[in-house]
Amino acid sequence: MTANQRKIIYRILPYAMLMFIGICFLLPLLWVLVASVDPNAMQSLKLPGSVTINNYAEVIASRPNQRAFLIGLIMSLGQAALVVLLGLLAAYPLSRYQLKYKKPFMLTILFMTSLPITAVMVPVYQLFLSIKLYDNIAGVILFHVASSMPYGIWMLKNFMDSVPSDMEEAAWVDGASVFTGIRKIVAPLMVPGICTVAIFTFSGSWGNFFVPYILLNTPEKFPAALKLYQFFGQYGMVDYGKLAAFSVLYAIPSVVLYMLSQQFMSKGFGLQGGTKG
Amino acid sequence: MSSAAIPLSSGKRKHPTWIYYLFPSVAVMLVFFVYPILLTFFYSFTNLALTGESAKELKFVGLDNYIRMFADPSVKISIWNTLVFLFGSAVVGQQVLGFIIAILMKHKNKTFRRAIGTVVLAGWVTPEIVCALCLYSFFADEGTLNALLAFFGIHTVAWLYTVPMLTIILANIWHGTAFSMLVFQAALDDVPQEIEEAALVDGASKWKILTTIILPYIKGTITTNMMLVTLQTLGVFGLIYAMTGGGPGTATTTLPIFMYNQAFVNYQLGYGTAISLLLLLMGVVLSLFYIRSLKE
Repeated sequence: MTANQRKIIYRILPYAMLMFIGICFLLPLLWVLVASVDPNAMQSLKLPGSVTINNYAEVIASRPNQRAFLIGLIMSLGQAALVVLLGLLAAYPLSRYQLKYKKPFMLTILFMTSLPITAVMVPVYQLFLSIKLYDNIAGVILFHVASSMPYGIWMLKNFMDSVPSDMEEAAWVDGASVFTGIRKIVAPLMVPGICTVAIFTFSGSWGNFFVPYILLNTPEKFPAALKLYQFFGQYGMVDYGKLAAFSVLYAIPSVVLYMLSQQFMSKGFGLQGGTKG
Repeated sequence: MSSAAIPLSSGKRKHPTWIYYLFPSVAVMLVFFVYPILLTFFYSFTNLALTGESAKELKFVGLDNYIRMFADPSVKISIWNTLVFLFGSAVVGQQVLGFIIAILMKHKNKTFRRAIGTVVLAGWVTPEIVCALCLYSFFADEGTLNALLAFFGIHTVAWLYTVPMLTIILANIWHGTAFSMLVFQAALDDVPQEIEEAALVDGASKWKILTTIILPYIKGTITTNMMLVTLQTLGVFGLIYAMTGGGPGTATTTLPIFMYNQAFVNYQLGYGTAISLLLLLMGVVLSLFYIRSLKE
């Protein structure tokens, strides 16, 4: 092998490897996209004989599906709104005031962000049974809020640290209350941070399967994630086209919100970035 | 330095009233998050159950659940399955693959980078249950993989039955690699260009630059990422549950699945919480292990 040939191989090899990885990642995804418009969809990827939007139309027209999507939306929106609201309130004293136990508090919060939620579900279930919150959509929202609160507070506090306090103090001198200061000065400057937290919380809840699966019992209260599982959990004869269409519709909010969040996180994804201060 | 600011208006009061802003969020966390964690300790020493005799009367059973756990051969199988799943999908799969993708992408054509990056990210953005469905269909007897093999005249394999662990590991890699890829892309961008170039001028091979400059430089990122990915993988439930249900037999029963079966299928909540605690403990031990290695 001449030096020149080797050089060419070195140039092409990374592209070839990336191509291969890309195809491996693409194939399972391609199936769900193609099957969703195939009137005779099968379990394996194949070129559809004709293209239809019937699968989507039927999924959208179904009442139970509409309800599942609506419930999912209410849960995720409710959670995101509560996390941002309560998180902002908590972040304020943590960011602006020298508290005695701030450091251990923040470390506890950080530790809680990484606990596997799976491990606390059994006692949560028992707790919900005893306080009559089992099979209650508001209960699911409350637990979701509690479990994503540590992350919300941690992120919002860091975002708030980067908002200078001078302007706020100037407003106080002019007679504004602390709350007005947050609402009129701090919050507007934190819009990117608030959006990031809201989007992450929303997506986390929208895509979560385990928590509602444990805490809900009545099929009429199931959000989209559970509905989808019910749909393909019963194996056997499955209408793959409709199943795929439901999956695509269910995945769309996550995809769109991820793309939106990219705008707010211009600085990429460094682990250091979010944890400074 | 904004955190040090002391408001002018509240100088006369010892504690500014806005300290109370912390209360609503702390209250929610205490009731719905911290309290259940404490309950985990408590319930794991009881005979809590949903049916049968013990459902009527909650009794302390001391270490019974733990003794039962250590005597139970299926606990050992679940721990082993969890470790295999962790090692295969988190440590080797997501970390190494994420790093390889990030390093291969360095200095590549921008459009090409974006195309590959988008495909990998798609798996990450896709909700867990949709991932499970996509990968289930991919590995199923009449799924895409077997259709491809048949097309090339190769023997088809019942993937979900003969190598179920491999299928859930690959599914989790498909779902999670993008996170590591993003983290490593950011870390690689931080490696000073000058050092690499100087080494290149001195005649160092690419491999040498990778092992002596790049890897030591991003060591902290590797450890932090390893910890996050491990903890995240430890809790994976939906993906496995929907793809294999923990089977066939107990082949893919990881601790979360085992916990679910004991608590919600067999209604042994006390025993289930003892297993949860084991899961939490594994998370803590692994985190401490990573943090220790970070300090060295």
